[in-house]
Amino acid sequence: MIRIERRLAQPKWLLFAVPVGSVVVAFGLMTIVLLITHHPPLHTFSRLISSGFGSTQSLNDTLVSTTPLIFTGLCAAVAFRMQLFNIGGEGQLYAGAILGAAAGIALGNHSSWLSVPAMIVAGAVGGAALALIPAILRAFFSTNEIITSLMLNYVGALVINYLIFDSLSYWRDTSSPTAKVFPQGKTLPDAASWPASHVGALYLPFGLLVGVVIAAIVWLLYTRTRFGFEVQVIGDSPRAASYAGMRTRRKILAVMALSGAIAGIGGASQDGDIRHLLDPRGLTAAGYGYAGIVIAALARYNPFAVCLVAFLLGGLQNAGYTLQGVDFPSGLVGVMQGLILFCALGGELLVRYRLRFTRGTRSVEAAA
Amino acid sequence: MSAAVELRGITKRFPGVVANDDVDFAAAEGEVHALLGENGAGKSTLSNILTGLYRPDDGEILIRGNAVSFHSPRDALDAGICMVHQHFRLVPPFTVAENVILGDHRGEGKKLVVNPRKIERRVAELGERYRIAVDPRARIWQLSLGEQQRVEILKALYREARILILDEPTAVLTPQEAASLFETLRVMADEGRTIIFISHKLHEVKAVSDRVTVLRGGKNVETVLTKDATPRSLAALMVGREVNMAERVARTGEVGDPVLETDDLWAAGDRGSETLRGVSLSVRAGEVVAIAGVAGNGQRELAETVTGMRTPTRGTITVDGKALHGGDPREAIRAGVAHVPEDRLHTGVAPSLSIASNVVLKSYRGREVVKGPLLRLRTIREYAAQLIKRYDVRGGGPDLPARRLSGGNLQKVVIAREFEGKPRVLVIASPTRGLDVAAIETVHRYLRDAASEGVGVLLISEDLDEILALADRIAVIYEGAIVGELDAISATVEEIGLLMAGGSGE
Repeated sequence: MIRIERRLAQPKWLLFAVPVGSVVVAFGLMTIVLLITHHPPLHTFSRLISSGFGSTQSLNDTLVSTTPLIFTGLCAAVAFRMQLFNIGGEGQLYAGAILGAAAGIALGNHSSWLSVPAMIVAGAVGGAALALIPAILRAFFSTNEIITSLMLNYVGALVINYLIFDSLSYWRDTSSPTAKVFPQGKTLPDAASWPASHVGALYLPFGLLVGVVIAAIVWLLYTRTRFGFEVQVIGDSPRAASYAGMRTRRKILAVMALSGAIAGIGGASQDGDIRHLLDPRGLTAAGYGYAGIVIAALARYNPFAVCLVAFLLGGLQNAGYTLQGVDFPSGLVGVMQGLILFCALGGELLVRYRLRFTRGTRSVEAAA
Repeated sequence: MSAAVELRGITKRFPGVVANDDVDFAAAEGEVHALLGENGAGKSTLSNILTGLYRPDDGEILIRGNAVSFHSPRDALDAGICMVHQHFRLVPPFTVAENVILGDHRGEGKKLVVNPRKIERRVAELGERYRIAVDPRARIWQLSLGEQQRVEILKALYREARILILDEPTAVLTPQEAASLFETLRVMADEGRTIIFISHKLHEVKAVSDRVTVLRGGKNVETVLTKDATPRSLAALMVGREVNMAERVARTGEVGDPVLETDDLWAAGDRGSETLRGVSLSVRAGEVVAIAGVAGNGQRELAETVTGMRTPTRGTITVDGKALHGGDPREAIRAGVAHVPEDRLHTGVAPSLSIASNVVLKSYRGREVVKGPLLRLRTIREYAAQLIKRYDVRGGGPDLPARRLSGGNLQKVVIAREFEGKPRVLVIASPTRGLDVAAIETVHRYLRDAASEGVGVLLISEDLDEILALADRIAVIYEGAIVGELDAISATVEEIGLLMAGGSGE
């Protein structure tokens, strides 16, 4: 018999051993899958790593994939810290992308100094506004925010699709000939392109820097301020928080708004850094919001760890695109990514719980 | 006497502690055997081993001379061992009869279609025979805690348990109810069953048991015949030194003006019905007013309403002459109401946060610990270290998560924080529940100190000894209303007990 027991204490060495062990197990399982499907394991692994992190080009691609994941990872981590399960990062990212694009288009081609900050603010407002719906419901009517925020993801996806495909909205390109046949968003003016910085041959999207700065701010906020202190107490024991006279409702609203705002800036960064138009199909297909939840969990809600995990996961995603081809079906790529995530999350379980193997015999007959 | 159950050399280790260290224990058929010890002495661990919840690292369990090993609680049940836990294992929406057969995988409970009449008849029969009658069709949530305890005992009788373990069974009973429980236990023992009675209340152990095994620090100290022991000698065995039994100490401070007054205070309980029904009280500066009563008669609601954690539906709360709006803990804290809550682990502290965070749980907004928008973490740690020293908190430094502290040390942290807030009123609920004798002494000393410094203390407790030792006045609460107020000097246990059961004082 195998028993799962909760660990009373978590030894320090486990925090290192488990991730390493998880990766080893993941690669072991992948080897089996690859052997079954007649792909050379070692060659595949080296391709996987080199196409994720091996060259300047692949690193640049990885950084582009990393950027939205930092935002959605922080979005989840910020809320989960207070045991507020905002699953709505996906929808909040769309909301940010919609308002961010609107700001970019509205401000025209005057100055990046105006357009870029305006887009960030608009994105934050959009995400926060959407996140406030489940927040208000939770704070005043005790509804489960998991359900409400999750449902709003579908609302968000429908709205963003409607704006481009089913209406002649402000965001839709109605002038160019191709756009009449294939609906698409208005291209943003150049002033709304976010400035990339170059470090050597590396290309750092502006959103990536914004994300890292936000991570630092979140860390400071949560570990060094009264606000963060209250979040910690409420997350640990809502009764103790109420006992200490903390305003739990306000905190729910504030934290959800913050969480949504971060996802919303991620949406604006998609407009400004990468897509330069409101791109419903690309955004809904990517599933950044859901990936963010996994990232937050793997990072144990630590903002800096979120950045690191987002980078690794971004690389993995990016490698997946390169790997798939005629000889390597995309389904197999999915299987490999799934195995890595599965092992990483499964390993997390081992940090908190342990397995005990016991003999399955029952000897009570002596008592009868 | 042949041993119905025997434990030999039981050792159980948890990370950092040896909960049971080579414990020997034997209880005979037909005896009531008390297991006495302070909290942390290993009583719970030992009973969990006996009921199959834990497996010992070492040692053996013998049932009627045969070695057994329990892999799960079910194995222990099959061996005829039942336990009445302190927190009942009952399903509130189910009837008494349904709860009785729940988990009974041998008899009626195993069948696909149960015959409720048959079970109800059997339950009624058992109830009558052992004088613990409960309506078998009543639903658990309708029953008082005392009645729920009877259901637990009926469960054991229905399963024909040979060995019954009761963990602190009298905490939810009036003195009269406790006496009747003891009679039931006696009858059961006379039939040849073995009763293991876990307690830290000496006079109960003295009243009900045949023999006493005393545990201390995970080891068994001694097994003595109850008739040869006195409460004093048992206490000495339990603590390992002579102790001063809780005795009334002549009060020292002056009693001043009222600092806390409630007038016709009503509040709803968690189930929505009015649980607090028109309480009018007055606590003066320097005075200890105790609320006595059987658990669940509105004590929790009273404490929560006065401290702002629960909104009153009617009535007023006045602190130091100023009326509170009610329902706002921050308002109460600002008015000078300190609160040591009943549930110290989940209300009194944020359990996963450090001691340092917990000592500033209420003062983190204060000027001393804040610099601009930032917290002065170092100041907070130093402050915590100071309090740890001053209040003699043992077990770790400022960074230790609060939940890793033992009950007594945790209570010291809560008390330290509340006293340092310079309160006018202190509401303190079950302050020594689950604490060891040494910690109880300390907590009582702090309470007396607070009163002598002019704090008005509202003590809510189910422990009459504690109330008699500390209170100046005793108000008895029954079904949410104060049914009598007594002067502590002249009050007797019988008088209080009668009021607690709802009888009138006259």
